[in-house]
Amino acid sequence: MHFAVLQFPASNCDQDCVHAVRVLGHTAELRWHKDNTLGAADAVIIPGGFSYGDYLRCGAIARFSPVMQAVQRFAAAGGLVLGICNGFQILCEAGLLPGALIRNRSLQFRCEPVFLKTARFDTPFTRAIPRDRLLKIPIAHGEGCYFADEATLSELRAHGQILWQYCSATGEVTERANPNGSLLHIAGICNTAGNVAGLMPHPDRACEAILGSTDGRFIFESMIAALAERPLRNTSPSLPSPPASAPAPVARS
Amino acid sequence: MKAHIIILPKKAVLDPQGKTVRGALEHLGYTGITEVRVGKFIEVELAEGDRETARRQLDEACHRFLSNPVIEDYHLEILD
Repeated sequence: MHFAVLQFPASNCDQDCVHAVRVLGHTAELRWHKDNTLGAADAVIIPGGFSYGDYLRCGAIARFSPVMQAVQRFAAAGGLVLGICNGFQILCEAGLLPGALIRNRSLQFRCEPVFLKTARFDTPFTRAIPRDRLLKIPIAHGEGCYFADEATLSELRAHGQILWQYCSATGEVTERANPNGSLLHIAGICNTAGNVAGLMPHPDRACEAILGSTDGRFIFESMIAALAERPLRNTSPSLPSPPASAPAPVARS
Repeated sequence: MKAHIIILPKKAVLDPQGKTVRGALEHLGYTGITEVRVGKFIEVELAEGDRETARRQLDEACHRFLSNPVIEDYHLEILD
C-alpha cells in the first residue's frame, strides 16, 4: 500500500510516520502543505508536530492549507485518513472529526508511554488489534484533552465513534490513567463513516522493539488490511489518476 | 479603523489556565475573585472603508478561523 504523509511547516513526526510505514513493508511519500493533490495515495497520515507553530490554536492554520483541501476530498470519497497527535488536532479543526483538543488539565506537557483500551475491533483502524490486547503507545503533547459538548459526546457513544480510551496497565479506565483530562477518557475517535480517525498517542513511535513497543503496528496493519479489501486505488473523480508506474519512493530517507 | 477581538473559553469548557491563575491570585492575597478565564486579545488594523462591511467580514473570520466555536466565544468591536 502507498501512504501520503502530510508535511506542514513545523511537522516533526512526518519522517517517523514514513519510517513506520516502511518498517511494515509498505511505501510512503511526503506531501507538502502547498500540494493540491495527494498523488497516488491509498491512505493519508497527518503526522504529529506543531504545524505553523501552533499559532492561534493547534491545527487552526493547517486546516486551511491546500493539501488539507485535497484531504477533505479524499475523505469525502471514502479514503482512509489517520491523524496522529497534531494530525488529530488538525482533523478536529477541519471538522472532519467532532470536538476539539484543549490544554491538558494538568497544564503539563506529557511525554510518556500510556495504555490504550480499544473500544471496537471492526473498523479500518482497529481490525488487526488482538481482542484482549491493551496497546502500549507513547504520548507527547500539551494540548490533548479531548473536549466536546454533551450532545456531541452522546453522538460519539451512540455511533460507536470512540476507538481508544486511556487505561491503566491492567485495563481499568480511570481518572488516574487519563494523562490529559480528556472527557470520557478519549484517546482516539473516528467519524461516523468510519474512514477518518484521530488519536493523541503516537503509533508511529511504537513500531519497533527497540523503541519499547510494537503495538503501534496494529493500527497501521489494520489500515493495510482494510485497504487490501478495497479496489486498488481511490476512484474519486476529484483526485488525479494514479501514475502508470509504481509510486515514487519517499523524497528523503 | 481598528478592530478588537476578545476570545474566551466557553463557560462549559474547562480552563485549567484560568483556574491556576485564580489560585495564584488567591495565594497573593487578592481575595474575592471567584473565577478567572484566560483567552486571547487580537487587534486588527483595517484600511478605511465601510464599517458594516468590515464588521461582517471580521465576524465571519472570527467564526470560521479566529475562534473555534466548539470551545470558544468571541466578542468583536470595531473602533474608529
